[in-house]
Order: sequence, then C-alpha cells, then structure tokens
Amino acid sequence: MSHEPRLLEVRKNVLKQNDVIARALRDRFRSQGTYVISLVSSPGAGKTTFLEKTLTLLRPHCRVAALVGDLATENDAIRLARSGAPVRQITTGTLCHLEAAMVEHSLNDWNLGQLDLLFIENVGNLVCPASYDLGEDLRLVLLSVTEGEDKPLKYPTIFNSADAAVITKIDLAAAVEFDDLTANANIQAVRPGMSVFKVSAKTGEGMDAFLQFLAQKHARSSQKTTV
Amino acid sequence: MHELSIAMSIVDMAQEEAERRNVRVEAVHLELGALSGVVKEALLFSFEIACDGTPLEGSRLVVKDVPIEVYCPACNLPKILASMQWFCCPDCGAQTAEVIHGKELVITALELKQ
Ligand SMILES: [Zn+2]
Repeated sequence: MSHEPRLLEVRKNVLKQNDVIARALRDRFRSQGTYVISLVSSPGAGKTTFLEKTLTLLRPHCRVAALVGDLATENDAIRLARSGAPVRQITTGTLCHLEAAMVEHSLNDWNLGQLDLLFIENVGNLVCPASYDLGEDLRLVLLSVTEGEDKPLKYPTIFNSADAAVITKIDLAAAVEFDDLTANANIQAVRPGMSVFKVSAKTGEGMDAFLQFLAQKHARSSQKTTV
Repeated sequence: MHELSIAMSIVDMAQEEAERRNVRVEAVHLELGALSGVVKEALLFSFEIACDGTPLEGSRLVVKDVPIEVYCPACNLPKILASMQWFCCPDCGAQTAEVIHGKELVITALELKQ
C-alpha cells in the first residue's frame, strides 16, 4: 500500500542570509556615496595586475581602495598596496569565494564616506562566486587571452551574473592566436549586450576606455542617489 | 566547491523548521535553478555529508531543476532557454539578457516521516 508523502510547504531561500547582508551593504555604500566594483576570474587571469594598474591610474583623480580575497597568502594585497591605495586582505581559508558577511566584517572600521570607489577582488574561481551577492554596483568578469575564446561558454553562469567583461593580457593576443571576434560572440551569447574591454595592464593599452566606462557608471549611480 | 557550505545551510534551515514544528524529516525538497551556480551532483553528494550526525541523517534531498526562463522583447513573452550558452528566444532568435527564472536556490517543502 502506498502513501502519499506528507509534505510541509516551507519556501525558504537558502542564500537569504547572504542576500540580507548584501542588501544592507548596498544601502550603506549608496548612502556613503561609495561605488563598488567586484572582480571575478579564474586563477591566473591577471586580476591582481589589472587591479593594481587600475588603482594606480585612478588614485590621482579619486579616492580608491581595495579589498582582496585570497585563500591563504597576502601576496596579492602586498602587490596591490604598491599602488598607494589602501588595501585590505580577506583571508578566506578554505573557502573558494567571498560572501557578503566577509565584506561586511572587513569594512567594519572603514570610513566609507572617504572613499569614492571600492574594488573587491574575489578569490580566483569562475564557479562559486556567481552565487553570492556582495552588495557591489558592478561585477566585472575577467578572462585572459591565454585562456581561450570558449571560456564564456564553459562558465556561462558567472558571465551571465557579471555586468561587464574585461579581456586581459591583450599584449599576448597575437602570440596565442586569440580570436577576438569569437571571444566577443561567445560573451554576447551568454550575456547579450555586455560591455567588453580589451586591456593590457602591462602596456596600459585599453585602460583609458575602461576607466571612462567606470567613470560614466559611477557618475550615473551618483545621480541616482542624489535625485 | 561551495556546495558543501550550501548543503550545510540547507540542513540547518530544514532542521530549524522541523524543530519549530516538532516534525521529523524524510526528505528536503529544493528548487535548483540552472543559473544558481550550484552543481546538482556536488550538492547531492554534499547533502549526505552535511546530514551526518544531525537529526536529518538518512534523509534525502529531492531536487527540482528549474530551467532558465527569459523575457523575449520581440515576442513580448516569457520563454524557456534551449541552452544556457545561447541567451536568445527559442522561437524568434531575439537576444535577451532578462532572466525571469533560473537563479532559484529555494527549500520548497519538507517531506515528513510517516
Ligand atoms: Zn521571441
């Protein structure tokens, strides 16, 4: 004799705790006028080099800082500190991604009112970070020319969760026969309309266009806050 | 792999709910979106580990896959994506980034021990 299973309806969002903290962070960033950009990529995509270059170029013009998530080492934070911007490390231990609570915790004693832009460098991973809202205004996904054009098709979830893509190490594009059109088509396939920037942090190529985009986004978000 | 910490959250939440209502859990029902960033096989495997030594030990995780539903601006209708590598309307081919469903990671029900 078969029984109908007795079901008790609940409907609970498993990531609710993270989302609640992320929402509070977003409100806090907005009220302090801090525009927040997070960066995700696979390990070795050149995230830290790109961020170091970005911080160095931005620092004369606005107040910038960075939080960097790393499994164990502080190497990235030390490298980023060379830009002269305030940098803080979030050591995640065994965790393969950042969560909103870690960002909240590491910002506890920061005066956000003194910051125009805050960058959050996630742990190198193209899977897990997709699930966690960090309260950021803009999520950047980075891929290097050395990773190949099909990266977006292999990791559509993270590309879909991002707001803009940055193709790094373009000084190496010719050497690795990187096919620009295919890469762009693949990005558009998993995230139609996404802005794509091609940069070399080493030579500085493409950085201007990216920084202009960032300035526009920032300006638009400040208008929204003041209206 | 973040599935283990997600599985642990699921077990915690289900256990809390079960205790509050004074019931025993046979299975946890979950809606899992294709865009949730969570790998089903890894989650199922992690769930067993996460249940060990808790009142939920031996319970099952019943996963309902939620496909990606987008809004097609050309058809003016919601549509189910044919492939997550191709964000365009399966009927007219219009590209769209407007996701309606597919990010779910939701406990929908507890199946109770009889
Ligand atoms: Zn259509």
